[in-house]
Amino acid sequence: MHLEDGQVPEEYRRYTGRKTAFVAGGFVLLFVIFVFSISIGAVRIPPAAVVRILLGGSTSGGWEIIIRNIRLPQALTAVVAGIGLGVSGAVMQSILRNPLGSPFTLGISQAAAFGAALSVMILGGGTMRSSVTDAVVVSNPYLTTGVAFAFSLVGVGVILLITRIRRSSPEVMVLAGIAMGSLFTAGTMFLQYFADDVQLAAMVFWTFGDTARASWKEFFFITVVVALALVYFMFNRWNYNAIDAGDETANGLGVVVKRVRIYGMLVASVTTAVIVSFLGIIGFVGLVCPHIVRRIIGDDHRYLIPGTSVMGGILLLTADTVARVILAPNVLPVAILTSFLGAPVFIYLLVRGYKR
Amino acid sequence: MILKLQDVTFSYKSDTVLDDVTFEVHDGELVAVLGPNGVGKTTLLRCINAILKPQRGSVLIDGEDLRHLHGKEVAKRIGYVAQKGESSRLTAFDAILLGRKPHIRWNVSKHDLEIVDAVIKRLGLEHLMLRYIDEMSGGEFQKVCIARALVQEPKILLLDEPTASLDLKNQLDILGFVKHVVSGHGITGLMAVHDLNTALRYSDRFLFMKSGKILSYGTINDVTPGMIEEVYGVKVMLEECKGHPVVIPVE
Repeated sequence: MHLEDGQVPEEYRRYTGRKTAFVAGGFVLLFVIFVFSISIGAVRIPPAAVVRILLGGSTSGGWEIIIRNIRLPQALTAVVAGIGLGVSGAVMQSILRNPLGSPFTLGISQAAAFGAALSVMILGGGTMRSSVTDAVVVSNPYLTTGVAFAFSLVGVGVILLITRIRRSSPEVMVLAGIAMGSLFTAGTMFLQYFADDVQLAAMVFWTFGDTARASWKEFFFITVVVALALVYFMFNRWNYNAIDAGDETANGLGVVVKRVRIYGMLVASVTTAVIVSFLGIIGFVGLVCPHIVRRIIGDDHRYLIPGTSVMGGILLLTADTVARVILAPNVLPVAILTSFLGAPVFIYLLVRGYKR
Repeated sequence: MILKLQDVTFSYKSDTVLDDVTFEVHDGELVAVLGPNGVGKTTLLRCINAILKPQRGSVLIDGEDLRHLHGKEVAKRIGYVAQKGESSRLTAFDAILLGRKPHIRWNVSKHDLEIVDAVIKRLGLEHLMLRYIDEMSGGEFQKVCIARALVQEPKILLLDEPTASLDLKNQLDILGFVKHVVSGHGITGLMAVHDLNTALRYSDRFLFMKSGKILSYGTINDVTPGMIEEVYGVKVMLEECKGHPVVIPVE
């Protein structure tokens, strides 16, 4: 077949240009929200001063310490966690062929919560501590994080094992995930039933996802994992587009669907497990964020992956900022806000339908 | 350019679906693969494009054994239009561009986009270019799927029931279109079909299958009412109507 007379159509250039502009605009918006987020709080810092300090300059107000030690790690963690949760959700929806697909559908958060509860009850224990921001603190956060992460991996491992025994169909993955989720929920309830009130408070408190738990060390760890996942997902963007076109078609295009599906699930799950283990359960971002972006720019993973990344960052950072100031001086865990903010936006988009 | 199958045997566990299948197809020819449901037509197509690995026998394209090729290399030679394509929120242009997947390394090149444009123009799909495929009619969507297979620049085009669930007009459109592509561009075409009349009208050769074996492989002259009765178990008359062969069941 001789196909030498084609040109890149001008309308198509404009069309992809609009998608690129959406992603680029998202980054600009994210930066604006970022500066704004750092500037507000108990001590108000003018945005101009924030930018100056971020660029390495100094100001007369002594704000550097507040920014470097408190606000900057929290804001950055919110952005990176939002990116990780959003992009993992987008990939899971595609490889599980399910609009409700997300690492949470596979029982990751339930497994992590069980691990945390087990750690509080048997290994570490929670203590009550009265402070302005937190009513309860988990006394041994690293142990709790480690156990929570280990149990989310156990959950993922069992699902992988089941999919290996059966063929790796998305239905088997989703149903196995739901089964694992309810199993771990039952386990958590069992522990909670026998826990004393201090332990119970610590268990429940752990599940409230909160970006303030991360210091620089946790932030760097989460960032490395999210960055690697993002590179991996971008590398597979055409494979995900192919899977969207149906397994048969993807196979015919030379894509090893089984392998792409299992590795994709593994990377998305581990990324989510890391974030959840450090910060607690932050729901809705992984589910709603890809859908918001899909409704604006469509299902093409070349744009969907960067688009959901930036949207995830925006959503979680905005929620985090509002959570810090809405009931000041009380600080809400961000997990409460993500749903409060995300759900109305999502319902609005559902009602309005797709945008061209 | 020749597609050649030699003693291809495939079984699911103990169930033999293809049993010593041997035939060859020349370029520019459109072959209809005919037989009742479950006879192994789809399995045959999947063995040809190496989605399934036959337990025995080989598939050769111009003498090159597909068993020695990587999946991506197979996809550069064989375009496959699956029976059930899934739609998503992609424009027709992007959906067709996906066919360049076997050729793409990290990103699409200008050349990839130009080939998509050339195929769109050849097939007269310009008006659909920026429409979303999940908003298309069955016929339009099927044309996009065929276009996707064509931008792979395949030597062989496999179609699994390309006219299933299409109305009469679209059936004629699609098959006329496939016929034109195959004979006009020197591609080898192989399609599994159920509708005998459309198959007889558009195909050059006919491969009748029964119980995993080839019962007959030849031109229109080799298609007889007896053959059709043996394959489908239905008595038929084979008449000519205004130059087109027509199969009429008489039971």
